[in-house]
Amino acid sequence: MSFLDPTLNQTPRGWRKVFYINWPLVLLIIAVACFGFLMLYSVAGGDISRWAQPQITRFSVGMVIMFMVAFTPISFWRQVSLLAYFGGLVLLLIVLFFGSVGMGAQRWIDLKFIQLQPSELMKIALVMALALYYDWLPPEKVSHFGFVLIPLAMISLPAMMVVVQPDLGTAILLVASGGVVMFLAGVSYWYFIAAISAVVGAVTAVFMSRGASWQLLNNYQYKRIDVFLDPSLDPLGDGYHITQSKIALGSGGLSGRGFMQGPQSQLSFLPEKQTDFIFTTLAEEFGYIGSTFLLILYTLIMIFAISAAMKNKSRFGALLIGGIAATFFFYFALNMAMVMGLAPVVGVPLPLVSYGGSAMLVLLGGFGLIQSAHVHRPK
Amino acid sequence: MKRPSTSSRDNTSRISRRAMVLGGIQGLVIGTLAWRMRDLQVNQSSEYRLLSDENRIRDRLLLPERGLIFDRNGQPLAENLPNYRIVMIREQAGDVRTVLAQLARIIELPVERREDIIRSMRRFGPSKKVPIIEHLSWEDFARVSANAPALPGIITEVGLNRYYPMQEDYSHVIGYVGPVSEADLNRFEDPDQIILSPGFQIGKTGLERHKGALLRGVAGIQRVEVNAVGRVMRELGRNDSLKGTDLQLTLDHDLQHYAQYRLAGESAAAVVMDVNSGDVRAMASTPGFDPNQFIYGITTKYWNSLIENEYRPLADKTISGAYPPGSTVKMITALAALEEGVVDPNEEIMCRGYVEVGNRRFHCWKRGGHGRMNLTDGLKNSCDVYYYEICQRIGIEKMALMARRFGFGAKPPLPLPSLTSGLAPNKQWKFDRYNEEWRIGDTLNAAIGQGFVLASPMQLAVMTARLASGRAVQPRIIQRINGVAEPLARAPSMQLSDKNLDLVKLGMFRVSNENRGTAYKSRINEPSLAMAGKTGTAQVKGISAEERAADLDSDEVPWKYRDHALFVGFAPYDNPRFAISVVIEHGISGSGAAAPVARDIMLRALYGTQPPISAYPRNLWPQMREQQANEPPPNQNIQPATPGSDRA
Repeated sequence: MSFLDPTLNQTPRGWRKVFYINWPLVLLIIAVACFGFLMLYSVAGGDISRWAQPQITRFSVGMVIMFMVAFTPISFWRQVSLLAYFGGLVLLLIVLFFGSVGMGAQRWIDLKFIQLQPSELMKIALVMALALYYDWLPPEKVSHFGFVLIPLAMISLPAMMVVVQPDLGTAILLVASGGVVMFLAGVSYWYFIAAISAVVGAVTAVFMSRGASWQLLNNYQYKRIDVFLDPSLDPLGDGYHITQSKIALGSGGLSGRGFMQGPQSQLSFLPEKQTDFIFTTLAEEFGYIGSTFLLILYTLIMIFAISAAMKNKSRFGALLIGGIAATFFFYFALNMAMVMGLAPVVGVPLPLVSYGGSAMLVLLGGFGLIQSAHVHRPK
Repeated sequence: MKRPSTSSRDNTSRISRRAMVLGGIQGLVIGTLAWRMRDLQVNQSSEYRLLSDENRIRDRLLLPERGLIFDRNGQPLAENLPNYRIVMIREQAGDVRTVLAQLARIIELPVERREDIIRSMRRFGPSKKVPIIEHLSWEDFARVSANAPALPGIITEVGLNRYYPMQEDYSHVIGYVGPVSEADLNRFEDPDQIILSPGFQIGKTGLERHKGALLRGVAGIQRVEVNAVGRVMRELGRNDSLKGTDLQLTLDHDLQHYAQYRLAGESAAAVVMDVNSGDVRAMASTPGFDPNQFIYGITTKYWNSLIENEYRPLADKTISGAYPPGSTVKMITALAALEEGVVDPNEEIMCRGYVEVGNRRFHCWKRGGHGRMNLTDGLKNSCDVYYYEICQRIGIEKMALMARRFGFGAKPPLPLPSLTSGLAPNKQWKFDRYNEEWRIGDTLNAAIGQGFVLASPMQLAVMTARLASGRAVQPRIIQRINGVAEPLARAPSMQLSDKNLDLVKLGMFRVSNENRGTAYKSRINEPSLAMAGKTGTAQVKGISAEERAADLDSDEVPWKYRDHALFVGFAPYDNPRFAISVVIEHGISGSGAAAPVARDIMLRALYGTQPPISAYPRNLWPQMREQQANEPPPNQNIQPATPGSDRA
């Protein structure tokens, strides 16, 4: 048992761990979540029981989980990393074959008391497994071609299983956070330059092929791209969402329309207003000041997490913190870019704010891991 | 895995370096987001504020046009006409009372009517358009439109409204539509959004109700940008509504109209049916009512006149009236006896005017008796004693089974509400119903269509059609749905011996075509179109010994105690095409009241127009010439009078 690992002897034991928790991070998380409760109360038209109340309950449960994870030694989490990864793969397989279909995609396993979404669990499990892999791999070998292929396989296997659900947003998050762990582990820049060039090349090829005899995508897929680039082409479909969300954001102005006063949100022009598009309500009602404030809170979370990663002398711990922080980053950056019309609508929630249980519990569990790595870091 | 975590200065610094780079990239992304936020919320804010304030996007429900109803020849029976109306949006009106008071200065709008409007508006949300006045005259509509800027929340619009050009002729079959009531809403588990939309008219009775789901169509959605005062700036997209299904009936308007006309003044019903296909050509029930009165908002006066009328105009007597069929059921008794082999058609039974069974004396309608009767004589003269005799040989169970084969005791498969199933009684039924033993007297009564036996005019027509064709035809009233013909299978055989059927049909022929047959006076004088029939006179109330002794003249009996007059028949005898049933409530005598009406309607069905005078017996020519001359022109597509402000 690595509880007796000599390097851990200097780390705090028992209740004294409380003093070693990264408290600024905890307070920032609570601040963001409170912002979320306010918005959920507002979009329900002043009805607390509709979304805000269940969200508060879930958040409280999530906080308990976070502290439990934080107090558990990181060596334990290191041990179960592989198990978590393969367990996640099995769950993804189960969901593929037996999952419930909701919102046109197969994502859920109904466990009666909670709707388990294995792709959410996989986001953390993948980071854990990759951190373990690079912890095991001698640093000088990380850029060897063979040792680059292994993590690529580890990333693409779950990513492909999520894409067929179909859940493009989560797949992108998986690939991106996996890539971040590889990047932090020190894989040569050339691989990343090559990967980015490949993506750019593929996108160019897709556009060039349009109308040509070797057209790569179906016409309806091109249409979706067109709508993303110019939402006014489809004011009733996806374009409608983007147009409406931009109107909401823009009309918020500097100081906003006031709490519970946003006509776009309150008049139900906005789609998914309690989940993926909740940022528009915030931006409309609290204006540029409010949305910047949220962005600053997120930025602070990133700063504290990255500095925690830099301070951590354990390779596993540092990679884990960096990877989970990156997942969190991709969540809010993608969501905000989406509602501001900078990215296509892919269905990524605003972390800690959007209504929904699965994502929040997994994120808080992830922060628990960050805390665990931080509390139990080698001195 | 016991290997301790790798941890070296070099490694940590490398991770830190990479973390710095990563943080830098993330910082760039966050910077981009912040820049975009500033661009949208500060630099372009005024434009978006304008968009938000002035170009609000609304979804509007596009109500579909209700399906039309035609007769078999394409004559419209239910159509949609433009309806000028005023709608109000409460949240834009401010004080509803003030606005209505202003409106009352422009058009006639009494105080109590205004209170009604305020009450009815409570059912709808403040942002909903609620029609407050319908069927405005064009002048009033124009006046309100011109003054609309001074009337906040008031919008004038043109909707479509149901109109029944044939007025009373189809009041029962087609029914009518009207505003949705609570009771209507309760009928639906999950009401369609069309039903919930203000101003929608729902089918209340008849086909309008029963085929409502088909007729109403599917609502569309129009997404529009509206400005702050609700004016449409532009249409963003639409899903057009789907027009309701058109129905083409099997009914023939000329015949239906004639039947209604011929029965007018009586409380009566008539059904004409194609004996091979079961297509109902006419189903008339008098008195009718004007269904248009219901759409326009029925007046209390008209409503009271309908429900207080002794002749029950609201009831569809063809399908919901259950009458003792009287002697018209004798064909069934005769067929049951023949099929059971309990009577030889040539066997003669002596009628002395009565029989004694048990301790009771059962009378024939002819006091003096008919003398010796064989099977077809019994039908021709409608001799009760003949049936009293043979029914005892068959027994009630066999008679009930035969009656059921001819459609008694089961609702006809028609898409109409309040269908009666009639009644073909047997021992078990009486025991269940009254907890009493079946008596032989019950059998005797059933044999002549009295006592417990009941049938609707529709069932009598089905019975006659089955006799005429020897096939188990079922009635139908819808011929085409949206122009697509409803499938029509050849009806299965009744599985009766042709010889027996022919004997019964011969008996019916003799009723109408032999001197002293009960319907001889109402015969068709054209040999190729000869009608075979059967009269029936059904007692409404048991005749007591004193009344029999007093031998009251029928005219002296109060209307509601007089006998029902019935007639069933088919024609042409050689090659049957149509079956008919006529029931005239309290019409006193089948041969006197029902048979002539049936003959006239049947001739109309056979000729498709006014029949030549030669089709009538010569002695009736002067009378018939007069009758035909007095016949009004066919009721064709009467346009509605401009609805005035006289309506309450």
